[in-house]
Amino acid sequence: MIKNSAAEMSAALSSGATTSVALTQAHLDRISEVDGKVHAFLYVDTQGALEQAKKIDDARARGEKLGPLAGVPLALKDVLVQKDVPTTCGSKILEGWRPPYDSTVVANLKNAGVVILGKTNMDEFAMGSSTENSAYGPTHNPWDLTRIPGGSGGGSSAALAAFEAPLAIGTDTGGSIRQPAAVTGTVGVKPTYGGVSRYGLVAFSSSLDQAGPCARTVLDTALLHEVIAGHDPRDSTSINAPVPQVVAAAKSGDVKAMKIGVVKELNGDGYQAGVRQRFEESLELLAKAGAEIVEVSAPNFEYALAAYYLIAPSECSSNLARFDAMRYGLRVGDTDGASAESVMNMTREVGFGREVKRRILLGTYALSSGYYDAYYGSAQKVRTLITQDFNKAFEKCDVMVSPTCPTTAFKIGEKADDPLAMYLNDIATIPVNMAGIGGMSLPSGVAPEDGLPVGFQIMSPVMQDQRMYSVGAALEAALLSKWGSPLLSQAPELGGAA
Amino acid sequence: MSSLSRDDVANLARLARIEMTDEELENLTTEFGVILNAVARVQEVATTDVAATSHPLPLKNIFRSDVVIPSLTPEEALSGAPASEEQRFRVPQILGEEA
Amino acid sequence: MSALTYEDVISKYEPVLGLEVHVELNTHSKMFCGCSTIFGAEPNTQTCPVCLALPGALPVVNEKAIESTILIGLALNCSIAPFSRFARKNYFYPDMPKNFQISQYDEPICVNGYVDVEIETEEGPQSFRIEIERVHMEEDTGKSLHVGGSTGRIHGADYSLLDYNRAGIPLVEIVTKIVPGTGKYAPEVAKAYVAELRDILRALGVSDVKMEQGSLRCDANVSLRLIGSEVLGTRSETKNVNSLRSVERAIRGEMLRHAERLNNGEKVVQETRHFQEDTGLTRSGRSKEQAEDYRYFPEPDLVPVAPDAQWIEKLRAGLPERPSLRRKRLQEQWSVPDKEMAAMINADVLNIVEETVLLGADPTKARSWWLGEISRLANEKDVAITQMEITAKDVAEIVSLVAKGELTDKLARQVIEGVIAGEGTPARVISTRGIKVVNDDGALMAAIEKVCSEQSETADKVRNGHLPAAGALIGAVMKETKGQADAARVRELLLGHLGQA
Repeated sequence: MIKNSAAEMSAALSSGATTSVALTQAHLDRISEVDGKVHAFLYVDTQGALEQAKKIDDARARGEKLGPLAGVPLALKDVLVQKDVPTTCGSKILEGWRPPYDSTVVANLKNAGVVILGKTNMDEFAMGSSTENSAYGPTHNPWDLTRIPGGSGGGSSAALAAFEAPLAIGTDTGGSIRQPAAVTGTVGVKPTYGGVSRYGLVAFSSSLDQAGPCARTVLDTALLHEVIAGHDPRDSTSINAPVPQVVAAAKSGDVKAMKIGVVKELNGDGYQAGVRQRFEESLELLAKAGAEIVEVSAPNFEYALAAYYLIAPSECSSNLARFDAMRYGLRVGDTDGASAESVMNMTREVGFGREVKRRILLGTYALSSGYYDAYYGSAQKVRTLITQDFNKAFEKCDVMVSPTCPTTAFKIGEKADDPLAMYLNDIATIPVNMAGIGGMSLPSGVAPEDGLPVGFQIMSPVMQDQRMYSVGAALEAALLSKWGSPLLSQAPELGGAA
Repeated sequence: MSSLSRDDVANLARLARIEMTDEELENLTTEFGVILNAVARVQEVATTDVAATSHPLPLKNIFRSDVVIPSLTPEEALSGAPASEEQRFRVPQILGEEA
Repeated sequence: MSALTYEDVISKYEPVLGLEVHVELNTHSKMFCGCSTIFGAEPNTQTCPVCLALPGALPVVNEKAIESTILIGLALNCSIAPFSRFARKNYFYPDMPKNFQISQYDEPICVNGYVDVEIETEEGPQSFRIEIERVHMEEDTGKSLHVGGSTGRIHGADYSLLDYNRAGIPLVEIVTKIVPGTGKYAPEVAKAYVAELRDILRALGVSDVKMEQGSLRCDANVSLRLIGSEVLGTRSETKNVNSLRSVERAIRGEMLRHAERLNNGEKVVQETRHFQEDTGLTRSGRSKEQAEDYRYFPEPDLVPVAPDAQWIEKLRAGLPERPSLRRKRLQEQWSVPDKEMAAMINADVLNIVEETVLLGADPTKARSWWLGEISRLANEKDVAITQMEITAKDVAEIVSLVAKGELTDKLARQVIEGVIAGEGTPARVISTRGIKVVNDDGALMAAIEKVCSEQSETADKVRNGHLPAAGALIGAVMKETKGQADAARVRELLLGHLGQA
């Protein structure tokens, strides 16, 4: 049952073949069975999940009309606040903190009857590409437990790949949904910026952060997308327009006459051989399905990484200032005679990890007087140039595509000491966040040299998210024909004795 | 401009209210040298005739009406407080003064 | 060291001023969230994830606050920026939950305005134009209670208690350009400017502008330069200036302090100082070794404000009467001589006099009570007139009673004294104290006859035409009637009785 898609589970619930309580329990059992190895979860809300499941079963029994995902379980990245449930953002500084309010994403999930199983592991405050920066230990890739599951949302993607949940929520600032999806063989979408409310999403980089749906299939992702997206008056940057029709697009998967733009600067040059191979092959499959492949150029993309590593740290240096031991979270050093200032300094030293501190200081520098124009100011100009590149390119095509990341999952510890090497994982995903457009990663197969999953990235213009789903669904269907069964059935079996 | 001295890094740590160890400061000084070199290339294309983006979307005038909505209860507000007294957040003695 | 006089200072130096005024708006809800702004609530009962800066919270701009700020800008003759943005001002302090303040930096909503003020000088009334650099929006901080020290101040406190009810209340900051050319009248000009601002803001209805309550705060910047010099001196900033009187005193005090240092060859330190109400002097704030770098950048959680021209014109059309025009109108309506008008403005009673007149009192009578007896009592108690127990309604009632003959002026003074002492409304004071005009001629005659027989020699003097002697007799009659007789009536009857009518 746990290996089904969310859509299949939903059908089983509607037909009465199973109950939400049974479904939820099955997933809780699976978590007990495998999470000791995977470590996708930081907190499992057994009681809360079963209560919610029971409520849905009762409502269904009363004949109430329920949404398509009512009663289906989900894993929530620990960067979104959930009332009275521990929310840590992967950091020691929030250990044990229970928010007194729900994020809008959680409120939407609850309204739709989705069952939240628990909070998943992540790089601390969403900073990282491997989940190794979590203060609570890394998550292990279900395909190979010695390898990273991607980051910052490695917990959510690993939970999907390990069948601990059929649905997950991630957040994406520079690729933190898409890159983990790519290296775990799952689907992840970053909606158009402003498409999903950020109210209750603990901010890392405010102008780049976006919560998004993750699942094992394109259709499941679309169903979840429609539950969480929509205008929120509590978020001034949220778009006041109807949610794009992503479910319809995912069901049709029609790419006939669609123009698919291959980005010259992101075509895989220098990427791992297997990654390139899978990318070329996916292009062929899409062409066979009726799409036209064109080449487009985005000359300013080469500056995107540099600009990102100025904008994101700058915004985070300000966003994380609130963690000061005064109103919530960790407090250390509060001994006789200690001042508020010293308590603040000590707490932040002990409570934040290395990557977070590195980025806070980098951001503080980039914003400081005398350096603003050269660093933060210049980076925001690069952003304008990147947006212009996308706009020009989208005149020639309906979506743009690239491999999601340059390599497959690397070993835990392999890049931990080389920040720049780590940052290069995001080279293909970052431009999407800079321009605020939509981005999806779906599995395109495994790399022959190491048998590890490879992701295919699709990028759509602002508020045209449905295009990603059309193309994604088409590719998924073509690949499924080719493989004969879903990719994840090739992943090693995790169950049994731990 | 692309390299920082250890004192510069220590000053940043002070501005960011983080009590760093000597070892951390040493490491960061080295790392910053590398990182700043890499990110400085944004200056190559950031000419004066390019406008800076501070929002990905061209939104403007997003307001709310001047209407009161229920607040948190004081218990909820203080629920995460490391220390509290008389329904207020208790903090250690403050040395500095308001700006 | 002989004490420097103010004359010494202005004979050698000329002051340059800069004034920053913060106004707390009277919106129902806060600047960026829907929490109530009501003053005096129990601690931390008006907070939410946004104004507490809980992780994940986001600000949303209060439309009324924008409107109020535009009104202020228009009333101060500013241009309204077609496009303005919020910015983060980053610094750490426990009363500021986000450890940054959402404010405006290089794109404020209103720029380049002016205010004209008039003050009384030895050479007659003089007008000064104060130029406004900018008007922008920001948010207020929480309130801290410092516990453990002896004075309740931050020095020597053991710990502090934070209440965030005030955090996030909308603030408007009004910044002047530098103000040279006030010469010896700098303190008066500054006071007049703040008073004028206050009147403008009150007329707009955007704030209750109570300096004592903190809804209008003034920071005064002062520097001195040698007369004739082009070079600006080093300035000091004085905070905690909580009344109009304090504005004047603080500036005068700073001018003296700067001059003393400069005369001694010492440099003026650029610093923030705190005004001390009790001494009229300023105390140095804790000096910061290094200036704080606020690392301003555009607020990514908010989108720009671009008020459309139609909205601005609609607001402009709805602006209330300018205080200076109102003053001219009232002066005409009430036929008030210039000196009296200036006295009313200086004593800050114009508004309450108008209130009294609107309740039906004769303008001259209203003015004479507020400027006369009530002012005198206020000075005695060393409080502002408007802080006294007595209201416009009370005075209007008293004026009416005197007009009807139910009170004499003398009795009215007793009633006023009683109301101010907290004994209640005029009616209550009258009944409790048994104040009553003795109108009864019979009773008056009885008293007159008694006094005349007791003081027969004086009475004879009056009979013989020596009228001034009547004064003593009238006094005695007043005493006899416990002061409740109408002195004019007594005189009439007495003279009649003594054949001098």
